[in-house]
Amino acid sequence: MSMYRFAKLIFKRWQHWFVVLLLISESPLLMAADDGLNHSLTPRLGERVTAYVSSIVSPDGSGLPNGSGSVTEGKLVYNAKCAACHGVDGKMQSNQIVGGIGSLASERPVVTVGSYWPYATTLFDYIARAMPYGQAKTLSANEVYATTAYVLFLNGIVSEQTRFDATTLLTVDMPNQDGFVELNEIDSNAESGVGKQ
Amino acid sequence: MSDQNDENEIPHAAGNGLMHRRSLLKASALGLAGGFLLPAKADWNSVPGAPQSAYGSPSKFADLQREQTIGHPFGPAAGSSSTPLQSLNGTITPNSLHFERHHAGIPDIDPAQHFLTLYGDLKNSLRFSYESLLAYPMESHKYFLECSGNSYRNTFPTAQDLTAGSLNGLISGAEWTGVPLHYLLDEAGLEKEASWIIAEGADASGHTRSIPLHRMLDGAMVALYQNGEPLRPAQGYPMRLFVPGCEGNISVKWLTALKVQKAPAYTREETSKYTDLLKDGSAEMFSLEMEVKSVITSPSGKMQLNRKGVYEISGMAWSGASTIRAVEVSADGGKTWAKASLQSDNQPNALTRFRIPWQWTGQPGVLQSRAIDHKGNVQPTRDVALKRYSPGSFYHYNGIQSWQVSSDGMVKNVYV
Repeated sequence: MSMYRFAKLIFKRWQHWFVVLLLISESPLLMAADDGLNHSLTPRLGERVTAYVSSIVSPDGSGLPNGSGSVTEGKLVYNAKCAACHGVDGKMQSNQIVGGIGSLASERPVVTVGSYWPYATTLFDYIARAMPYGQAKTLSANEVYATTAYVLFLNGIVSEQTRFDATTLLTVDMPNQDGFVELNEIDSNAESGVGKQ
Repeated sequence: MSDQNDENEIPHAAGNGLMHRRSLLKASALGLAGGFLLPAKADWNSVPGAPQSAYGSPSKFADLQREQTIGHPFGPAAGSSSTPLQSLNGTITPNSLHFERHHAGIPDIDPAQHFLTLYGDLKNSLRFSYESLLAYPMESHKYFLECSGNSYRNTFPTAQDLTAGSLNGLISGAEWTGVPLHYLLDEAGLEKEASWIIAEGADASGHTRSIPLHRMLDGAMVALYQNGEPLRPAQGYPMRLFVPGCEGNISVKWLTALKVQKAPAYTREETSKYTDLLKDGSAEMFSLEMEVKSVITSPSGKMQLNRKGVYEISGMAWSGASTIRAVEVSADGGKTWAKASLQSDNQPNALTRFRIPWQWTGQPGVLQSRAIDHKGNVQPTRDVALKRYSPGSFYHYNGIQSWQVSSDGMVKNVYV
């Protein structure tokens, strides 16, 4: 019997097992075990935390602290701590935060809090975490509510009588709230359409 | 993918002196036939040199400098520096020359006082010290890291006469080592509704980005080492998030918290900044993946060719979507193209070095490179790349870089 015929015979007799072997070797289970991922041999050193204070404020209002602040109070904070960089009217060049509403589709779009930012919570979150520049995270919750109210007032988005708290902040309709297209993150190909031939 | 990019149809040589990528580099016209003169005797031939040192530094003769950009009235603490691509070769960016971009300076963090807290839609909120993370299983991978604003100066109306690094140096290649994030998320236990993770930095800007869970489970790590040594402060010491293939700023430096939730937080850095305004006034959000791109680093802007003859055209290519499949090079401003050779250890989401020999006859020409990835994405021309967004929008620019070589040998950034 030639080697070829011998091999053929063996294959014929065992072909079902070859299929099974092939399936096993291609199975995600075995591959996962193979590359060492998802194994449970980690030291599990995370300490339980029960009282972590989140800094993240989302459009559903999660993360908003207690407290409140008005446009009138915000004007005092703004003029003392923000106007030097943003201008008393919020229109200082390169730090402009006021104006430009309706300009986004023009040849010279003016991108500001009023014309571009989608949610009032975005403004609250950013003032609380990063402003005033050089003294980040020093404003009280009341001051952040107040400054948020004043910046939106300067933009003509809320009235002079406005007072924000964790409930009223969520009622603001920002002009560009619907102006964003969220790229489909599930299909990573969707983002790489440029230059596709 | 058009046939034009078919393996068999791309020529291996092209106009204005591009040679087959496997051509043997012969001695140039200057010739080496005259034999070698003995070098003049120098001090280092006979006198002992400097002693060893605790931490090394480059030769004083090597010109290695990051160009620093202070494009903001708040000054250098809100600035950037770019990697001098024209001075480097290979695919690894030395840690001291890694580009920097930060929104509120580089914090000087004591790792003993720094913690990473995982909270939100998790069965348990957990806090990890730096020391505890060092005990976890780690992985090492070579990845590129590119700022979404890289090459923004090439979106300006007139071409800036600058070096490859000044124009395109907000890109690096490094070996990143850290703890795969899925270990920590497994330990905390994801709730069913978990879909996004908000990563937060401990710096004064409290830099914060929302990242889809699937990216965090697949390839993201808490990076602790860069090119073998602990992260530098400018790169996030003691720990940073690293999300391969994505715009640099989502790999949050000085990582201190990961909040798991159903929806994005829509922070300032993913709405006001790092969104891409389109001509109709709408804007793309969560454009996280970096597009296919390449740049020739030699010869490149501000260099001077001081002889005719054979040069190696060399550069880097990368894609956030895939591995690099091919890089084509033109020496005649895009009329004809030839395939460059790629380094053999080409990896997904990593820099790839390409090289091709070129015979410069003294004629003017324009050098270009065009990368193609394994998903079929082709690096666009500048015109095509600019059409994607509103004028003035400058993130995610991946147009072809053109270097003009004039007859006097000067190399200069041009638009063609």
